[in-house]
Amino acid sequence: MLVNGEQVEVLFEPYKTLLEILREDLALTGTKHGCELGECGACAVLKDGRPVLSCLLLGVECEGAEIVTVEGLACDARLDPLQEAFADCGAAQCGYCTPGFLVTARALLDEKPEATSAEIAGSLSGNLCRCTGYIQIFEAVELAAKAMGETKR
Amino acid sequence: MTQDLRVIGKPRRRVDGRAKVMGQTRFADDLSFPRMLHCKLLRSRYPHARLRSVDVTRALTAPGVHLVLTGADFPIRYGILPVSQDEEPLCLDRVRMVGDPIAAVIARTEDEACAALDLIDVDYEVLTTISDSIEALATPEPRIHDYGDSGNVHKAVALQFGDVDAALGGADHVFEDLFFYEGNTHLALEQHAAVGLLDPDGKLCLYSSTQTPHYVHRALARSLDLAPHRIRVIATPNGGGFGGKSDPFNHEIVVAKAAMLTGRPVKICLTREEVFYCHRGRHPVLMRMKTGVRNDGMIVAMDLETLLDGGAYGSYGVASTFYTGALQTVTYKIPRYRFRGCRTFTNKPPGGPKRGHGTVQPRFGQEIQLDKIAVALGKDPADLRLQQIVEPHSLTANWMRVETIALRACIEKVVERSGWREKWQKLPAGRGVGLACSSYLCGAGLPIYWNDLPHSGVQLKLDRSGLVTLFCGATEIGQGSDDVLAGIVAEILGLDPQDVRLITGDTDLTPVDLGSYSSRVTLMAGNAAIQAAERARMIVSEAAAAKLGVPIERVTFAASRVFDAEDPEKGMTFAEAVSAAESAVGSIGTTGSYRPPVSAAKYKGGGVGPSPSYSYTAAVVEVEVDPATGWLEVPKVWIAHDIGRALNPVLARGQVEGGVYMALGEALMEEQLMRRLPPRLSHALVHKFPSMLEYKSPTTLEMPEVFTDLIEYPEANGPFGAKEVGQGPLLPIMPAIANAVFDAVGVRIDEVPIMPEKILRALKAKDLRVGPAAFPHVDWPEPLDVPPPWEGGDGRARNEKPRKSRVAPSGVRLAPEVTSK
Repeated sequence: MLVNGEQVEVLFEPYKTLLEILREDLALTGTKHGCELGECGACAVLKDGRPVLSCLLLGVECEGAEIVTVEGLACDARLDPLQEAFADCGAAQCGYCTPGFLVTARALLDEKPEATSAEIAGSLSGNLCRCTGYIQIFEAVELAAKAMGETKR
Repeated sequence: MTQDLRVIGKPRRRVDGRAKVMGQTRFADDLSFPRMLHCKLLRSRYPHARLRSVDVTRALTAPGVHLVLTGADFPIRYGILPVSQDEEPLCLDRVRMVGDPIAAVIARTEDEACAALDLIDVDYEVLTTISDSIEALATPEPRIHDYGDSGNVHKAVALQFGDVDAALGGADHVFEDLFFYEGNTHLALEQHAAVGLLDPDGKLCLYSSTQTPHYVHRALARSLDLAPHRIRVIATPNGGGFGGKSDPFNHEIVVAKAAMLTGRPVKICLTREEVFYCHRGRHPVLMRMKTGVRNDGMIVAMDLETLLDGGAYGSYGVASTFYTGALQTVTYKIPRYRFRGCRTFTNKPPGGPKRGHGTVQPRFGQEIQLDKIAVALGKDPADLRLQQIVEPHSLTANWMRVETIALRACIEKVVERSGWREKWQKLPAGRGVGLACSSYLCGAGLPIYWNDLPHSGVQLKLDRSGLVTLFCGATEIGQGSDDVLAGIVAEILGLDPQDVRLITGDTDLTPVDLGSYSSRVTLMAGNAAIQAAERARMIVSEAAAAKLGVPIERVTFAASRVFDAEDPEKGMTFAEAVSAAESAVGSIGTTGSYRPPVSAAKYKGGGVGPSPSYSYTAAVVEVEVDPATGWLEVPKVWIAHDIGRALNPVLARGQVEGGVYMALGEALMEEQLMRRLPPRLSHALVHKFPSMLEYKSPTTLEMPEVFTDLIEYPEANGPFGAKEVGQGPLLPIMPAIANAVFDAVGVRIDEVPIMPEKILRALKAKDLRVGPAAFPHVDWPEPLDVPPPWEGGDGRARNEKPRKSRVAPSGVRLAPEVTSK
């Protein structure tokens, strides 16, 4: 697989999930587990640019795939605009759901840089956050979209 | 100094924000150590049974297994409250709920540990199971515990402040209502996890996702019979707490013991199902509330009875019980008040402290009942409340001391912003608005165990590099406690909060803070931080004044510089100033500590409820109800919170919105439901929903628009005037929704969650109501008779036997000089 831009080879038991491989074999602990059955979205990562729930995906299904985790969002030491906005807007309180929200929002903005509020709420509806009430998360995604739009211009 | 604050009150990025958005915050389950072993617990499948035998022979020889522990390895019980030491790290001879831990397997991998669990043979003798409070009252035998007030009554308390019966008898109207608040759970996204290990010097170290490292430290010392100074507890940042990580837990003690026995790091991470067994969530509470009012709507007395379903263990339950009666009096004037509360043991995961601890349920009842009173008397519910708000700086009937109270401003704000006067009773059928208010503590006035020590301590280290390092036992659970501390120190020393280094929640390195519960950290650790920072500022000021040759009063700290206020060019960097001070006085370290004011309530039970200050909240909620389906939607919420001062408005608003969110879950869908298996399957009492898939909580799509106002009237007892914001804003939402449903379709739902099927049922009911029908008989003890302050009392009960004072009488506040900012 290509994980956060680096080619990696991992040997693992065939029943291992992508989440377990990332956390246990590759020490990428930024991706979290919350529910073990695909309900909470804490384990979301990007597989070939699309958000997937890594707790429901077997590692063997990811052979040759391109995986992006929260650790792969920043460009060297420079944070992704979404990360900057999440930090500034209070979108991360305890921070446990944050990696899942960030990669899901990343996929949304890659596809729809000018996503509407309804689209933002809709695309994030598979991620649970128990701290924020989501509002500051929405604000952060909107702020990041704006910042990215301005950089492009 | 408050005239030109540079950090406090300014919206800014939290100090731990960068780590969190990079996925670099290290939660307990992210920890890994060389040679680490993994622990899994065998949990009871029966809700109540005697353990005839636990045979681990086969498990011991399973592949990868290093150690198997059972109850026999843990002879000492523990529990959060000194009066309820009723938990066993592993059950010795009895299990009291499904999920009770019986044995622990420590193996090379989690898979091997799981496999070995299947090889443990347990012989259960199944006992009668008690499923709720009413059954518990009717079933004194078998007793779930061999302590408690009687049978399966854990605690029954009764307090009376003035002649309530006479006042009710003389009232123009008496309103009597029954309410039921269903239990629900915290559902923090992070499952509890812990790693025990031995330091190279042989001392025990435990990393854990706990809100209360100090109390875990005490529990480990007790249950493992170790000297406290040989134990280190490190609270990892919590992936959400909400009260669910405030107890010491069996898994923490088990991995600590396993690390001591194997000499290797031992880790446990609970599954989501196991987290449901830890619980300590909202108690299911049945309430009878009788309130007497005059024709003009003024309350003359309230008589409240509460019945709590406590589950299988004590936990914080005695405090929870008192909390169901403690704060009814701090919002509206209640001249006479009687409270009787009873907590029962049942064979379910124990209830405990969830956001709003014990005050949420009776607040739900009180605010709905006020709405009923307003409607019956033809008054606007906002006016009914406004006319009887408690006076600032006054004592209540139950001797709670209220300091600042901005409830009036909160009500006026939400009434105005929501257009309440144009909406209430005026919206088209199916749409409605509801209003409710609430109050919460800014820190419990007393610690969990009796002592006269500081509740919070802060130490600062400054050196020639210009770095300020702050040490404090406070625990970051997402609420922003690190940010509060950094912000306060940065304000006083003229620094950028991002430049302050924080060492928190580590019992080896940091002075004791009692933990992140009861909304206490901002006020208590905040005041301690002020004291430590002021002392550091004084040391540095003296050196800088000498070096600059200016009077010390003119030395100013800002923008990481120390300079002459009258000639800002004349100055030096903060690092140079610290260097000068270090050269003048030697190494620089300062301390600060805080202890709350002594309570006016001297009666037994008066230890629950007092606080240095109370926060207040008012909310208006708008709902849309489809009378054909009962479908309920909440499009808008207006909320105003009396916060004293918002130290960081970004975080403060996040706490308000998060409270509204969690409240919506409780109001609309969340419930910790149990069901009995059929008799052929043991008749066991099991969770209906021990998973996130079935325990429904609100998603982005359910979140309404929230209009938040932070009302800032600085509180003298709060740091820079701040009050709490983590818990209070949750409380008014559930009753406001119930009141709005009445405004929309004319039915009363006197219980949560308010689900469409209940609305439909109420629409068809003769009394247009869904709610409890009866309150069972409870053998109440004779109430302690405490005259209210205006009836000549002194805060003591007339009929109470004198108690030995367990708190040093001095009651000196350790940091009075820092609270008048």
